[in-house]
Amino acid sequence: MSHEPAPHSFVAESRELLREMEDALLTLEQSPRDSEAVNAVFRAMHTIKGSAGVFGFEVIVEFAHVMESVTDEIRAGRVEVDDVLVALLLTCGDHVSVLVDCLESQDPNARLEAARPDGADLLRQLSCYCVQTPEGSPAEPQAGPEATVDDLDSRGDRVACDGWHVSVRFGADVLRNGMDPLSFVRYLSTVGEVTAIVPMFDAMPEAQAMDPQACYVGLELQLRLQDPASRQDIEEAFEYVRDDSVVRVLAPHAPIADYIDLIRNLPESPDRLGSCLVACGALTPDELAQGLLLAPGRIPEQPAPDAAPNETSDSDTPAIPAVANAPKPDHKSTNGRYMRVHSRKLDELIDLVGELVIASAGVSLCARRATDEDLREAAAAMSRLVEEVRDGALALRMVPIGETFNRFNRVVHDLGRDLGKDVDLVISGADTELDKSMVEKLSDPLMHLVRNALDHGIEAPSERLLQGKAKRGKLQLNAFHETGSIVVEVADDGAGLDRDRILSRALHTGLVQPEQSLSDAEVFQLIMEPGFTTAQAVTNVSGRGIGMDVVRRNIESLRGSVTIESAPGQGTIVALRLPLTLAIIDGFLVGLGGSSFVVPLEMVVECLELGAQDRARIHQGGYVNLRGEVLPLLRLREVFDTRGEPAKRENVVVVQYAGQQAGLVVDALLGEFQTVIKPLGKLFERLAGVSGSTILGTGEVALILDVQALVERAVRSEATRTASAGAHRVLERL
Amino acid sequence: MAINITSLANARTRVALNGAFTVYEAVEAKRDLLQALADSAELEIDVTGLDEVDTAGLQLLFLLRREALHTAKLVRFAGISQALDEVLNRYGLGAHFEQPAQAVS
Repeated sequence: MSHEPAPHSFVAESRELLREMEDALLTLEQSPRDSEAVNAVFRAMHTIKGSAGVFGFEVIVEFAHVMESVTDEIRAGRVEVDDVLVALLLTCGDHVSVLVDCLESQDPNARLEAARPDGADLLRQLSCYCVQTPEGSPAEPQAGPEATVDDLDSRGDRVACDGWHVSVRFGADVLRNGMDPLSFVRYLSTVGEVTAIVPMFDAMPEAQAMDPQACYVGLELQLRLQDPASRQDIEEAFEYVRDDSVVRVLAPHAPIADYIDLIRNLPESPDRLGSCLVACGALTPDELAQGLLLAPGRIPEQPAPDAAPNETSDSDTPAIPAVANAPKPDHKSTNGRYMRVHSRKLDELIDLVGELVIASAGVSLCARRATDEDLREAAAAMSRLVEEVRDGALALRMVPIGETFNRFNRVVHDLGRDLGKDVDLVISGADTELDKSMVEKLSDPLMHLVRNALDHGIEAPSERLLQGKAKRGKLQLNAFHETGSIVVEVADDGAGLDRDRILSRALHTGLVQPEQSLSDAEVFQLIMEPGFTTAQAVTNVSGRGIGMDVVRRNIESLRGSVTIESAPGQGTIVALRLPLTLAIIDGFLVGLGGSSFVVPLEMVVECLELGAQDRARIHQGGYVNLRGEVLPLLRLREVFDTRGEPAKRENVVVVQYAGQQAGLVVDALLGEFQTVIKPLGKLFERLAGVSGSTILGTGEVALILDVQALVERAVRSEATRTASAGAHRVLERL
Repeated sequence: MAINITSLANARTRVALNGAFTVYEAVEAKRDLLQALADSAELEIDVTGLDEVDTAGLQLLFLLRREALHTAKLVRFAGISQALDEVLNRYGLGAHFEQPAQAVS
């Protein structure tokens, strides 16, 4: 097993549990008596321990076990929760998370072994909390629940055997899913001593029909437990195969009738099973005979063949699922509403939908040219459906940002303590959805911003009091939609950016020339230049001058942008603007000379015809008067150096980005168009004014306009014209 | 997994299994092993070269023996490897494979 990569489901589930545990611990810090939170911590550790055991990750089992014990002490009320314990448990959670990360490496077991010593110190600290329960403590109430509970109802004679009996029929896909029944046997032998085991290959069909990758194995085994453990511990070993396997656990001294039920419900013949159970030592021959005699009375009129299908072909597990499903613990049911799907499958689906969109554009085009009315109708209906399919497929990739935000509870908590600052984290818009791949790439930039805000933004409590502010600082994470983008804001109510210091620093390093006059926003943009820092002290949190430029690079690689607003003494807001999706958008098609271009529809505000007067006046760019407002214009013909004479009538597409409007002058307006974004090759990555390409229904290629860059360019050239200020190359980003 | 098939006298065939014998190799292994059995009256399987065996591999060895029983042929296992031995012991089948095929229940 050591060669196989750890099943992804285990890694993913563990991370989820660790996050839940972290949240619960933070709750506990605020309200130490929250039993719900204690249970959440316990559950997380218990499940991770159980699952890790199945896969044979000893190091994780070992560590999680101690954490679980400590949490159990809390549950039992023997240990009080205080800040020290919460901090310890948080650190321990981090360690488990490191261990889980190891599983994604080439050789997980070696990595785990290497990480083991790091946990030793934590284990020592943890063990201080569990000394109160000496070894033989009978306090464990669930130690032998089966025996006590079962004693109450006298269900006839009990077997003499004092071991647990485990009966498993593995599902056909167990091997294909990367698990091996062997690993369960290995795990059980770490929980207790496997005293007898009989594998059953009876379900294997004859040679031709046998699928070599299917699992046909069943197990009957006897287990003697070292620690007092419950049925649940054993059943949990099979957590990952429980959906398609049939697992039954019988307690020591179980009623004979239970064994008879077992025999009746298993697919093999009663004779075969009976002899196996005797061979295992679960039943004595006498008990078996007695039980089989008794049985007809207990299960009236049940003919034997029903319970004993023929041993080869009729091996399908669905014949007996009712019993199997009964003992599932309820926490599974909450997971039932979700299905884990490999993201690769989703990506493939979305690629296909993209192709479908292009193909359907082709069909629509043909239909429009044809005279056949029915064909047009059919094509229109199909386009509508394709649009819905597209939206549905893209929605599959959308996840709420809340999960990413919640992670910062911990970051703010820890950093605040390290820096001696008192900070409240306020989250809003947690259910704003964005593309999963974007969420992943967002977490690093957000981390930088949050650290910056805590370190440089929010002042120390004493200073805040001096300034007449509340002692507790406030950090806000907001997410919301805005014309075709998603905005994620990190806002603090700290000192704000020091405009003068940034400027003098920029002058000093030559980023800015003395004669340039810059707006506030432009000055704040400077802090995102590589290597720029104004921090007087380089703390270990931030201030090394890396960070903001990385943030900007990361966001720009997602076709997004970063803007900074700040007011001295009141705080700073850093807003990250991101496109709604990375794959398919609604576009607006415009014509220019012989070629077509796409403007993301969500950024289009309106379209107007360029009047003859304006046309004569503007040459390269300029502006028009749009209902009393100045609208800077950009002639795309000039930008892209288009050949040929302009059309007789030119049109203006008014676009908006980050609150600024600009008009793009084009030849023709061609209408809406579903646009599948195809990235430009490496060669054209830095191409000015263009962010991607797409394929039209005719098979021609159209370029997607980079509205953000064009708007900035239009606004700037307008500004330089009017203010006749020198060109400031610093912000030249085209 | 490498399967080396050598024909011996009297319709006997010797099959040497080397390397890994797991679910990843199972499809090919099933085909080759059943073919080898079909082509001969007696199969001698040398398992000493197996360095990784899982339940899928074990299943196939069982299948082969059962198939031999059904077709009145003989399958014998020669030697044992540590990897196979470990699997057999886990399943409580320690002594099972050293005897001729009839021992399968």
